[in-house]
Amino acid sequence: MPDPLLTINNLRIEATIYAPGEKPRDAMIVDDVSLTLEKGKVLGLIGESGAGKSTIGLSALAYGRGGIRLTGGTITLNGREIRLADAATLRSLRGREVTYVAQSAAAAFNPAKKLMEQVTEATLHHGLVSKSEAEARAVELFRTLSLPDPETFGDRYPHQVSGGQLQRAMTAMALCPHPDLVIFDEPTTALDVTTQIDVLAAIKSAITRTGVAAMYITHDLAVVAQVSDDIMVLRNGQMVECGSVQRIIEDPREEYTQALISVRRIDHKEKKPTDTPLMTVENISARYGAMGVDVLSDVSVELYPGQTLALVGESGSGKSTMARVITGLLPPRVGQITFDGKPLPGALKDRSREELRQLQMIYQMADVAMNPRQTVATIIGRPLEFYFGLRGRERDKRVQELLDAIELGEGFADRYPAELSGGQKQRVCIARALAAKPKMIICDEVTSALDPLVADGILKLLLNLQAREGVAYLFITHDIATVRAIADSIAVMYQGKVQRYGVKSTVLAPPFDDYTDLLLSSVPEMELGWLERVLEHRKMESAGN
Amino acid sequence: MHPILKLVAQRLALGCLLLLAASVLIFIGTQILPGDVAAAILGQGATEQALANMRADLGLDRPAITRYLEWLFNALQGDFGVALSNGRDIAESIAGRMKNTIFLASVAAVVSVPLSIFLGLLAVRYRDRWPDRLISAVTLTSISLPEFLLGYVIMFVFSVKLGWFNSVSNINDGMSFGEKLGAVALPATVLTLVVLAHMMRMTRAAILNVMQSAYVETAELKGLRRFTIIARHAMPNAIAPIVNVVMLNLAYLVVGVVVIEVVFVYPGMGQYLVDHVSKRDVPVVQASGLIFATIYIGLNLLADIISILSNPRLRHPK
Repeated sequence: MPDPLLTINNLRIEATIYAPGEKPRDAMIVDDVSLTLEKGKVLGLIGESGAGKSTIGLSALAYGRGGIRLTGGTITLNGREIRLADAATLRSLRGREVTYVAQSAAAAFNPAKKLMEQVTEATLHHGLVSKSEAEARAVELFRTLSLPDPETFGDRYPHQVSGGQLQRAMTAMALCPHPDLVIFDEPTTALDVTTQIDVLAAIKSAITRTGVAAMYITHDLAVVAQVSDDIMVLRNGQMVECGSVQRIIEDPREEYTQALISVRRIDHKEKKPTDTPLMTVENISARYGAMGVDVLSDVSVELYPGQTLALVGESGSGKSTMARVITGLLPPRVGQITFDGKPLPGALKDRSREELRQLQMIYQMADVAMNPRQTVATIIGRPLEFYFGLRGRERDKRVQELLDAIELGEGFADRYPAELSGGQKQRVCIARALAAKPKMIICDEVTSALDPLVADGILKLLLNLQAREGVAYLFITHDIATVRAIADSIAVMYQGKVQRYGVKSTVLAPPFDDYTDLLLSSVPEMELGWLERVLEHRKMESAGN
Repeated sequence: MHPILKLVAQRLALGCLLLLAASVLIFIGTQILPGDVAAAILGQGATEQALANMRADLGLDRPAITRYLEWLFNALQGDFGVALSNGRDIAESIAGRMKNTIFLASVAAVVSVPLSIFLGLLAVRYRDRWPDRLISAVTLTSISLPEFLLGYVIMFVFSVKLGWFNSVSNINDGMSFGEKLGAVALPATVLTLVVLAHMMRMTRAAILNVMQSAYVETAELKGLRRFTIIARHAMPNAIAPIVNVVMLNLAYLVVGVVVIEVVFVYPGMGQYLVDHVSKRDVPVVQASGLIFATIYIGLNLLADIISILSNPRLRHPK
């Protein structure tokens, strides 16, 4: 057997943590992880945030972000130890033997330089080929990755191409020097599902065609199952289990892996519409600024008391604009919203306090939706004072009730947001919204920034609270699995219009319109060969037309 | 129209408006200065009749708005009138002085701008290590000392003790370029030391800000050298703040050199202005004020335009 490309033995990675109000301390980020990667193979690294996936990926370049230090073990690349290698050796291998594809290509490209210059930079810097040859390679890669106008694509600046194209351009940048190993760090996480499937297909075909080895890092098991040969499951910096894709998907041995696989299988029985809707949105059109085009055009939906209406669509489909219109932040150009039988004033400043109380909101980024200098008790207590005039002991009692409702026990009231995990922060935001005793809560991508298992917990909590308090949700999301888990009725949004609307069972059942079909079939499924099947199916359909 | 042309045209129009406002302020300012030009010229013994005649001669009895418009239109045509104190044509006297001031400022700028940007890059490259600390310490010390003290110390060392340069930096049209350079070496050095710290620290801060970006990590993972990363990837994205502070300092080099010109007895605008303020020679003060305002506004306008041009999103719209 030939020598493996990369061998990592007993890797230990530490970082200095600067927690507020505490002395800096060293924390173990990765603890005793070993792996082997053969030439031309793809290893999937999977786990939640904080599992150390990216850190392990970057260790193949002997690189540590921020204060991260590679403190123990060996990393052997192409037969030589690189963990303790000097700066010159590292520079010679980075960008030549190992390259990196970051999660956000939009941030990873220099806004001031043309794509071609950046894509060929590493190749030219290492003196691998001449400039014209490097550019020819780049054009060829643009073609392989199905980028538009491959000959001239490189003349554009990063802001002139779309997010999905940029992510493919980053893959071209990583493949251009003909490296032995590419680290893909969540390359499709920031993309819409319909874009993700194209990028995924492009990456997979590029890997197959060039025979490069890869480490594919993601939190989405369904995605990694499509591209990898082997999968390693990580948790809290330690390996949970490792095996071939088939073995992990079909026969997971560890409990944690089983949980990851069965995630998003909440069974939610849809409720039928009642007689009187809580909120009726009629023929709403809205735009930003006096000029320009409508971001929302002629949108009409209804939300029934104690039920959930899911707005799904890609970025730019007008979902969040819809939330801004309903909350009054963006008064509609035409159209009318009726809430609880009465017309709702279009602008926020014209609404009464009572109208404001009835309609609360939970945001995607719980981090920035809370004042970092207030305790949880102050954050949740504020709407109690503001809407109900509760003070002192009465207020504290209600805060504790709300904390119990969101399943956070004793001792959370005096904590600051920085002392909470991502899921706990989102729970506090839910409690703050509930504190106002609203009839309706707008949930704007509330689970998108969370790990799957944590997101599951939040969805279950939201369903429990709905059953108990009878609150209605307008649930904005791009994630079909979330929609299945929580919605009673669904509105599919596309380019500012409602493409398809009705109760869940009807919307998610054929016959589909073209867009809904594309959207639904693009959601990765946790089975081997799903990607090939979908692509084959689409090819046949387009050939048939 | 290309959106960038529109933006630049807007800036230019705004600059003109600002200049107009400045001219109004200068005119009002000089009108409310204590003292009367007629009295200043004729001296304390002048009779009422003589003063009235003098005012009529100078046109001071006409309404202010008429005088302002007349002054503005003449100034636009390059005619600033004659100096009250010596009867010479102001435009002519200023032209010679201005040439000298611009020469000194240019020498200082040619040295200080590249030097400060290079030191800024160096400070980022060796951040928090001794070269960074040394650069910061030296530039901060030089900016903390009053310029006249710095001027005298340098004069003491290089002309009195070492005798390398003349302590009086007089230049005239008969001198060769080399001789002129020699003459302004000391004041240019002092000016450089004064403006260096500001530009260098801004360069350092602006680039450090950009160094947090993900694309800097991308560059690092391509195996690029640190200095290459700073110069090639960070610098182009930090141009806007750097250009702004550079232009502010260039403006200072032209309009703020009064003290240095006095210390080194340099025949520039600053000295000329100070002389005529003390003589209450209003037309000269007005003319100098207007020219300084033009330079100040012009350079800042240029900074704005370069900032706009340095933004690829504006330069290459979708």
